[in-house]
Amino acid sequence: MADTRTLTGFGASVKRKEDPALLRGEGRYVDDIHLPGMLHAAFVRSPHAHARVGRIDKTAALAVAGVHAVIAYADLPESVRRQTLPLLVPHPALRHPRMPHALAKDEACYAGEPVACVVADSRYIAEDAAQLVDVEYEPLPAANDCAAALAQDAPRAHAGADTNVAARFPVKAGDADRAFGGAAHVFREKIHQHRGGPFFMECRGAVAQYEAPTQSYTLFVSSQGPHRLKRCMLDMFELGDHQARVITPDVGGGFGPKGSYYPEYVNVAVASWLTGRPVKWIEDRRENFLATHQERDQYWDLEIAVDARGKILGVRGQLIHETGAYVPWGIVLPWITATTVPGPYVIPHFKLDVVSVYTNKIQTTPVRGAGRPEAVTAMERLMDRVARELNIDRAEVRRRNFIQPDEMPYNVGIIFRDGRPVTYDSGDYPACQAGALQAAGYDEFPQRQAVARKSGRYLGIGLANAVEATGLGPYEGATVRVSTSGKIVVYTGATPQGQSHKTTLAQIAADQLGVDFDDVTVVTADTAAISLGMGSFAARTAVNAGSSVHLAALAVAAKAKELAAGMMECMGDDLELAGGYVRLKSAPDVRKSLREIAVKAIGMPGFSMAGGLAPGLEHTAYFTPEQSVYSSGAHVAEVEVEIETGAVRILRYTVAHDCGRVINPMVVDGQIVGGVAHGVGNALFERMVYDDNAQPLSTNLGEYLLPLATDVPHVDLVHLETPSPLNPLGIKGAGEGGTIPAIAAIISAVENALAPFGVIIAEAPITPQRIVELLGEHALGRTR
Amino acid sequence: MKPAPFIYYDPRTVAEACDLLARHENARALAGGQSLMPMMNFRYVMPDHLIDLNRIEELAYLRVEDDTLRIGAMTRQRALEASGEIGKRCPILQSALAHVGHRQTRNRGTIGGSLCHLDPSAELVNVTALLGGTLHAASTRGARDLPFGEFAAGYMTTGLTPDELLAGVTLPLPKRNQGHAFVEFARRHGDFAIVACSALIGLAESGDIASAAIALSGLSHAPVRPAAIERALQGQKPGAATYRAAAAEAGKLDATTDAYVTAAYRRHLARVLTFRALEQAAARAMERAHG
Repeated sequence: MADTRTLTGFGASVKRKEDPALLRGEGRYVDDIHLPGMLHAAFVRSPHAHARVGRIDKTAALAVAGVHAVIAYADLPESVRRQTLPLLVPHPALRHPRMPHALAKDEACYAGEPVACVVADSRYIAEDAAQLVDVEYEPLPAANDCAAALAQDAPRAHAGADTNVAARFPVKAGDADRAFGGAAHVFREKIHQHRGGPFFMECRGAVAQYEAPTQSYTLFVSSQGPHRLKRCMLDMFELGDHQARVITPDVGGGFGPKGSYYPEYVNVAVASWLTGRPVKWIEDRRENFLATHQERDQYWDLEIAVDARGKILGVRGQLIHETGAYVPWGIVLPWITATTVPGPYVIPHFKLDVVSVYTNKIQTTPVRGAGRPEAVTAMERLMDRVARELNIDRAEVRRRNFIQPDEMPYNVGIIFRDGRPVTYDSGDYPACQAGALQAAGYDEFPQRQAVARKSGRYLGIGLANAVEATGLGPYEGATVRVSTSGKIVVYTGATPQGQSHKTTLAQIAADQLGVDFDDVTVVTADTAAISLGMGSFAARTAVNAGSSVHLAALAVAAKAKELAAGMMECMGDDLELAGGYVRLKSAPDVRKSLREIAVKAIGMPGFSMAGGLAPGLEHTAYFTPEQSVYSSGAHVAEVEVEIETGAVRILRYTVAHDCGRVINPMVVDGQIVGGVAHGVGNALFERMVYDDNAQPLSTNLGEYLLPLATDVPHVDLVHLETPSPLNPLGIKGAGEGGTIPAIAAIISAVENALAPFGVIIAEAPITPQRIVELLGEHALGRTR
Repeated sequence: MKPAPFIYYDPRTVAEACDLLARHENARALAGGQSLMPMMNFRYVMPDHLIDLNRIEELAYLRVEDDTLRIGAMTRQRALEASGEIGKRCPILQSALAHVGHRQTRNRGTIGGSLCHLDPSAELVNVTALLGGTLHAASTRGARDLPFGEFAAGYMTTGLTPDELLAGVTLPLPKRNQGHAFVEFARRHGDFAIVACSALIGLAESGDIASAAIALSGLSHAPVRPAAIERALQGQKPGAATYRAAAAEAGKLDATTDAYVTAAYRRHLARVLTFRALEQAAARAMERAHG
């Protein structure tokens, strides 16, 4: 086919289709949905991290004017009572799976677990009445730390359980123990990481409408994939495929946890069924801290064996991972963590014993980076340690260990969560690091550092490399349809939360159909629009949906040519698509518009389809990748640490990033810079604080600190493109690479700044107070 | 996060507002709403009656009278920040205001609201303590003046009685020979400080320190004026050794530990910030002496 690329197609930094409406306040989020007669729900949540739930007295709440229902466990429909919420990704290693009921049955296992649902004319009334629901609680001892919870006599997160261990599994390659035997050097690091949550701007929310005549549910929900939520609805309510439709409108951030199925969604549906009215629930910020999944604690105990030149012989150790009260995503999170450790380095022998542990805190499930930032931080701490101990430059020790581009595809020797060996499809890690170092002025840094020291300022530089499995299957489909107006519509289960899918997928479709991208509308996240979908998470949409759009558009283009050839009495091979027409290559004025062809394609009443063609000018494709594709990145952070206060200021931040071929560079830039902001929060600010009884103390954004604009540095970007051979467009995922190495790079930089004082950092986040503690007397600075 | 039900009033005069406060149990006055509204939404505060002071024009004023600055309780923080008169006569107030929230919150936030909220590390509370301000209460029973020490009764608790509202504050202006400083450490721009330190240093003609005032906030429930440190500075030569000695003493003051910040870190910051505040204030005093 002729190159009909326009200025708006693949590779062009076109402005986002999404923005005009969002900037004018014309977006449509769940809370913008107002259905006639709609009621509002509020939840009674366990005030205890762990308690037996006894008698529930609803009398006072039901007496409040405007209250329509108070739902407790006993009031749920039978199928909902019988089941727990579905475990989305079961795994044989998960020996003790625990999932919650839609409302606590007789035990609450985290502070904030829903115990009852109050439905009223307004949210105000619902909250008033929720305070009047009288629940008998018998507080139980709580498991509040995943390492402590492993002790024989530790309080159990679930009453009567033999153990707090949810799963134990090894991830290994080669024979790590033997590799350690003859090593020149072995170094050990213990690292505690506390990653942050997904504090999206728009909290969760759902509107449910039950229709009695068809016994069906419509659920509007702020999610990352309505198709999986629909399947959960079908299971919970034992419905036929036609009895549930789930729609996700505009979403203000998801970062992973909006991909889960939550008790609140079941309850609004039950509430609508009970009251016969649509019911809305919008999560408020306090609920967001209590009841939306997070990432949180990991304790690492790692050893690295190297030869005299710093070449890695093996890595081994233990990872204690906190899963919280339940396991909605099974062991996905610790599994991704474990398999990300090797990164861009040749590690002939590797063994990580992973234990996932229950505590009485909200569940941990993937948040942007999905366990990878922790893995990279752990591995890069080891690399810094090797550099320090052997007195080799930190960049050089990494250089000596990189997998080389000519080793691609490279089998790491371990199994990823998709069940396939971790096999890097493509990438040039040495070039990635080199690009980042050059842009960051790494070689000149010692001069900058020395100059600053003279005036009592402490500068540090840190670097980190990461390889990220992206584009996980099984698929994300797309229907590409030329409507009888001649305009193109793309339907997909992909569910944007800010990633610009309505722009990038339109760019891909426009290329193959020879139209301007303004003529392409992308309809996302409606289970009535396309039958199957997975949703947008794990940096998978560009690879999966992008490839599907491409394949579907190719098929539509071929069919348009076939139809046009019939109409124009010529050969299909002589035709091309351009400017909204199918035209003769040799005589472009001889043409049929897509509109005419689409009309022809739907047929006329009573007439047979011409040429025996199937009706419609549309095609549905489900691209099914054979394995993940691997993006990579190198980050360099330059910081100043004020030793008297422990304040850290990021002076300069550089990212070299390889996500294969880029659909829209401006969109990728935005993803990376936003990802770095997320990483800055994880490295320096975000901390969920609990008391000894696992009671969360940080339940608002004044106590749980996110970085402000003043805390996020300008990011210098270097793009590398090693196309993936595993999909037709050579794409890899770009949504998480900004976050994944950020913690490691910033921590490394802080440690480097404090090197004159021998400070070693083995934790994240690192706060000013902690820096002052680590500095001891040195923090007295001029006051000494 | 919706407030519990309340009855809303919007009086136009102080007398009307006082009358409402006198007649109603569990009533709260609403100033700029930058703290009270979130606290009501969290249901930390659940007043039955909310008396909005925003339409009481007589509460928004700013006057320099002799050696004092008189500010109406409903004067917006932004108005103080923009006042040329304050810039000239009481620059420390503007130094402090630069750390108060963000411009958007200062557009609504008032000096009276901040003082009544009495956050332990609030900047305006700190400056009121430093200058030895007098708080003016109003009620149907009449006007009453409270010195700062009496006003700051406890942790986020004022000395006002339930039927009183804060009508204004009078701040003694710094003397001409005094240099000022306001320094703080907060995790992020616009956050409440972990510790803040303000200082006024007056120099004698000899160049020695003639007067010293220091207010440290964030250590405990209200800003402290460390009298012993202030006294010890008098007659000293300005310089690092002097500041260091004072700072070391500031680092021994009582401090509290909470879920986020240890007493040790607060004391450490008190030490560091006291040094910086004294250094800055003395430098400004020297500029004044030579300028």
